[in-house]
Amino acid sequence: MNKSPDASNLDSVFSLSERSKLGEVLRSQEFWIVVAVLIIGAVVGMIAPRFLTGANMANILQNFCFTALMAIGMTPVIMTGGIDISVGSTLGLTGVLLGLFCASGYPFPVVVALVLLVGAAVGAVNGALVSYMKLPPFIVTLGMMSLVRSQTLVVTNNQVVYDFGKAGDTLLALGSGSFLGVPNVLWAVIVSAVVMQWLLSMTKWGRYVRAIGGNENAARLSGIPVDRVKVSTYALLGAMTGMTAIFLVGWMGAATNALGQGQELQVIAATVIGGANLLGGFGTSFGAVIGSVLIEVIRNALLLAGVNPFWQGTFVGLFILFAVLLERFRSTRA
Amino acid sequence: MSLLELKNISRQFGAIHAVEDVSFKIEPGEIVGLMGDNGAGKSTLVKMIAGNFPASSGKMIFDGQEVQFDQPSDARRAGIEIVYQDLALCDNLSAAANVFLGREIMRSVGPFKFLDHRKMRERAAELFRELQSETRPRDVVKRMSGGQRQAVAIARTRLADAKLVLMDEPTAAISVRQVAEVLALIKRLKERGVAVILISHRMPDVFGVCERIMVLRRGHLVANKLASTSSPEEITALIVGAKAAA
Ligand SMILES: Nc1ncnc2c1ncn2[C@@H]1O[C@H](COP(=O)(O)OP(=O)(O)OP(=O)(O)O)[C@@H](O)[C@H]1O
Ligand SMILES: [Mg+2]
Repeated sequence: MNKSPDASNLDSVFSLSERSKLGEVLRSQEFWIVVAVLIIGAVVGMIAPRFLTGANMANILQNFCFTALMAIGMTPVIMTGGIDISVGSTLGLTGVLLGLFCASGYPFPVVVALVLLVGAAVGAVNGALVSYMKLPPFIVTLGMMSLVRSQTLVVTNNQVVYDFGKAGDTLLALGSGSFLGVPNVLWAVIVSAVVMQWLLSMTKWGRYVRAIGGNENAARLSGIPVDRVKVSTYALLGAMTGMTAIFLVGWMGAATNALGQGQELQVIAATVIGGANLLGGFGTSFGAVIGSVLIEVIRNALLLAGVNPFWQGTFVGLFILFAVLLERFRSTRA
Repeated sequence: MSLLELKNISRQFGAIHAVEDVSFKIEPGEIVGLMGDNGAGKSTLVKMIAGNFPASSGKMIFDGQEVQFDQPSDARRAGIEIVYQDLALCDNLSAAANVFLGREIMRSVGPFKFLDHRKMRERAAELFRELQSETRPRDVVKRMSGGQRQAVAIARTRLADAKLVLMDEPTAAISVRQVAEVLALIKRLKERGVAVILISHRMPDVFGVCERIMVLRRGHLVANKLASTSSPEEITALIVGAKAAA
């Protein structure tokens, strides 16, 4: 029998401060992406001074929001070890339905509720197939991506929706308006990010999301309602996609049936760059936001620096690989 | 009155008879070793007791009542805790979070309820102190030693006042020093009046802490006797089938 540690000995072990706060920040993916954004900003600012103007900053702050809103919703999905590649299509469907609901004369609040509900329903179907039928999330949402995009074409009959009727005024005001000098959609991002992070770190739901991503079997054995939690993450992402559609269509003033095509890749890229682990268990909404900022900064910077826009994908791709390497590096060293 | 009584419990997986007509009793506060070759049915047996899956046939009486657990939380509510062979911990969470997984302490502010991180850390620290384990509540399980992981899994069983703790190979894959720690933990459970069923392949562990030893062979209970009246040689013979029964 080894010498069992006496009480005071144990106390000293318990009171050892685990890693300093500063060390924790330096170890976080989010911090390094912020650094990357600042460096890119500084470099591009020198090449193309227009990058740092207030007008361009405002432009970036408006543009990144749509990806960010969805990336915030994607975060818990990825944290459970899932993925949803149907969000681009869901954005399209909720966008055109938004237009059609408005056009058919429903009051704006009703339209909002319906759009959120449709988004949540698409997500819930994904989640149910993944949880209860035990189908792989990638395949389920691949199917849903095709199905929902096709339904978008069906309901619009391939027409652009731009006549929004009476509710349209409110929609356009919401989409292009601002409050205290901050665009409404940016408020939505800020509020969503704060609320989501609070949910993730302060509620049972957040704890369960993390636990499922860490060890689904252990979570189940601990009596956690794994299937219901998973469905809820997909449904929440769907609802947030519907919310994104409201801001996006309100801003653009029209809903095309190609709305959101390819967006799923940006959303997933933003989430992963921000530190969410595709194997599950890790992620923050701040990471999702800063990842979205990075992607938009790259797009904007290349444009202003006069680089052929075809290069954009190369840079985003390199950052995804960089993010994964960074993550690997951090987790093996820790 | 016995704490737990199994009457003719069997469990089949398709054509495999994992557990066959097993009957035994466990007294309150007793430490019983459960031994047997790989695939003998040990894990299957304790998982049935813990409510992981139902028995194909047979009766189970716990604390004087016939019970049927449909899920692990039912068994837990009745006072049965289990430490799984693979520990079933979430590597990405802290020790405290794992201890309280599924049983979080909440704090309410008005109509809202949220996780009381501080209280859970403090309570976890108390449990680790009680178990005399150098495990820090905030540390992430991923970076822990095998012994510390065991301590986390065992601390889970101390949250509620369990009457019976089932341990599936808690001393496999850990160092000698850590084995000693785990055995000390088991003795501490007994001091608190908790009965323990300990599954192990290691004779010294079983003879070190168990008062009674049961042997399973191909799903059958072939021995159930006091440790003081047996020997490692006899148990080995029973496990491998050199001796038919005792
Ligand atoms: N879920 C299951 N489905 C099908 N067969 C199973 C299942 N669980 C166990 N078995 C079978 O039941 C038998 C007993 O397995 P069990 O895990 O109980 O053995 P064990 O005594 O715990 O072995 P070990 O010492 O290797 O842990 C084995 O033949 C095993 O393959
Ligand atoms: Mg086993």
